[in-house]
Amino acid sequence: MRVEPLGAVCPQTPEDIFEQKMEDAMWPGSEAELSELIRAASGALVVRGGGTRGAVRAGEVLETAGLAGIRLYEPGALTLVAGAGTPVIEIEAALAAEGQRLAFEVPDLRGLLGRAGASTLGGVVAENASGPRRVAVGACRDFCLGVRFVDGRGEIIRNGGRVMKNVTGYDLVKLMAGSRGQLGVLTEVALKVLPVPEAEATLCLRGLEDSRAVEAMSAALGSPYEVTGAAHWPGQGTYLRIEGFEPSVRYRLGRLQALLAPFGGAEEVASSHDAPWGTIRDVTPLAAVPGDLWRLHLVPSEAAAVVARIGAEAVLYDWGGGLVWARMAPGADLRARAGAFRGHATCLTRPDPAPEAPGIAALTQGLRRQFDPRGLFSALTGA
Amino acid sequence: MTAAVEGEGFFYAPDPSSQLACAIGGNIAMNSGGAHCLKYGVTTNNLLGVTMVLMDGTVVEVGGPWSDAAGLDLLGVICGSEGQLGVVTEACLRILPKPEGALPVLIGFQSSEVAGACVTDIIKAGVLPVAIEFMDGPCIKACEDFARAGYPDCEALLIVEVEGAEAEIRHQLGLITGIAQRHNPVELRAAADADQAKRIWLGRKSAFGAMGQINDYMCLDGTIPVSSLPFVLRRIGELSREYGLDVANVFHAGDGNMHPLILYNANQPGEQEKCEALGADILRLCVEVGGCLTGEHGVGIEKRDLMEVQYGAADLEAQLRVKDVLDPGWLLNPAKVFPLHVTASRRAG
Repeated sequence: MRVEPLGAVCPQTPEDIFEQKMEDAMWPGSEAELSELIRAASGALVVRGGGTRGAVRAGEVLETAGLAGIRLYEPGALTLVAGAGTPVIEIEAALAAEGQRLAFEVPDLRGLLGRAGASTLGGVVAENASGPRRVAVGACRDFCLGVRFVDGRGEIIRNGGRVMKNVTGYDLVKLMAGSRGQLGVLTEVALKVLPVPEAEATLCLRGLEDSRAVEAMSAALGSPYEVTGAAHWPGQGTYLRIEGFEPSVRYRLGRLQALLAPFGGAEEVASSHDAPWGTIRDVTPLAAVPGDLWRLHLVPSEAAAVVARIGAEAVLYDWGGGLVWARMAPGADLRARAGAFRGHATCLTRPDPAPEAPGIAALTQGLRRQFDPRGLFSALTGA
Repeated sequence: MTAAVEGEGFFYAPDPSSQLACAIGGNIAMNSGGAHCLKYGVTTNNLLGVTMVLMDGTVVEVGGPWSDAAGLDLLGVICGSEGQLGVVTEACLRILPKPEGALPVLIGFQSSEVAGACVTDIIKAGVLPVAIEFMDGPCIKACEDFARAGYPDCEALLIVEVEGAEAEIRHQLGLITGIAQRHNPVELRAAADADQAKRIWLGRKSAFGAMGQINDYMCLDGTIPVSSLPFVLRRIGELSREYGLDVANVFHAGDGNMHPLILYNANQPGEQEKCEALGADILRLCVEVGGCLTGEHGVGIEKRDLMEVQYGAADLEAQLRVKDVLDPGWLLNPAKVFPLHVTASRRAG
């Protein structure tokens, strides 16, 4: 371990920081070393896992790669515990060997954000990053059973555990998930995992207007047929996914086709290879479109109207219309164009302090002050 | 609430056994669970937003009818905070379409080890039942005496329930009975219709009443990793003999949430204290094997002094700092959840 003297915030540009060589970064090999580094720090820290997502900002880079490794995996208990620096690909491989998976479907946004590297567990949890299946099974945070982290005071903190039901004290696991590193550095996460279903099938409706597509997705999601993906790719199609045992999938597919008949008839996508779920998860259709990238979390029934108002270059609907990805002309003020809507919007490609209601902002700032009194982690808000 | 959405074909998934009496505000305060959480999660996984009044009178809206928080997940920490952070006045909940049907299978074993192995095999096979309930020998006997549900005389009983359309249920029950048969069950009975289903559930649903008829009882709520079930049951048996108090176990086996029921006589001087001491030892055991003190009932006053068994000083301090932000004067339920000596200076302030 090398402890670097930390002066004022470095004068480099965010891109320089992002490119900073690994040998110039701090590289704690244990929680204890991390705690020491944080106690000794006096300027901004940039916590870096795989560098595949998250805000880019100035500061001393702190790598989590030394906090890696799967610590425990009990397939029969659907539980896996790993260091925060563990590459997600390593976790997914271990799970696949037992016929299991991370059910929240980790998005790989490298193509979209123009990044390299390999996603780490800590980065995924810090962003609460969830893919298409979120609409059915819940977000990344819903699969987090326990965390260990080091806060801005250098305290090593443990919360939750590795069991599925736990109401012992406050749930700081949820608070840490999606906190984008603002409260501390995750060192370990315990996850609930799920079996990979025997079969999968995808239905496609063609030629639907956005508002009609959302209605179709709502009808499918409101049925008892357990739809595990509902996305609308304008110009391509409206897609619905079913997973389960083979006979179940066949049965539900038929029922859904009957249910969706008023929307022009849903056809089965020939093979799972042709199904677009990887493309939708990784937001690939927007990767080549220039402009600012925005993510909107909203009420599905309002999604199409909001999209009509923002005048985006391109959009992609996921979660039955509860999530909209939008490419906007550079500098366009999406919030002003969208007007009032129920939900929130975030820009991922430039510094974007997302507005919070005054009451909420006071609580958020209070928590940041408690966990990071010296402001080591206070990131630019936004992704 | 359940009734209000039922007519439209929906349901609210977390279904605490107390749902006839409980209110949603209490469910949020305790992050309540239910028999179906293996598949659907607990309150926190089905809560979208709350309106909450803070101790200084501020009314805040946290979350709403959309997915995920814009900033920090305050909703996640409010849920399960036992009324210590604010008063929830309104909630926005996720409701789900009702499954077409559900049926259970009853499986009896001569040992809890074998029952535990069967649970693991079911989960590993990719079947995700909505409920896997476990009862041990003393519990089976008490329920049978009380409810005459026709349970076999054995050491461990599983009730596994699956959902779907009729053919889907048949397929899943076929898989489960196939797995169970490999473990040589003493009884294997899949419900064919609603009447048979009711019969299978009858004993389990009257477990607490059956215990109450025998004696006074104290219900514990520790959670353990499913893999340590046989060891924990053996150890509870030993502790039960050491203390001279009977313990019957009902258990949400799918998610590891145990409900050991300690039988005692409240009218006998000293017995209540002895029962509490045994309860504390069982909860310490749950933490030792990697579990926790409470899976769904909460810490309250009863378990506040055991918090230090599960959490170190820094772990507790981090939780107290959250309350410092939302209730700086420490006025809301100040004596709950945390050991009094840990919160003394804050409560005095």
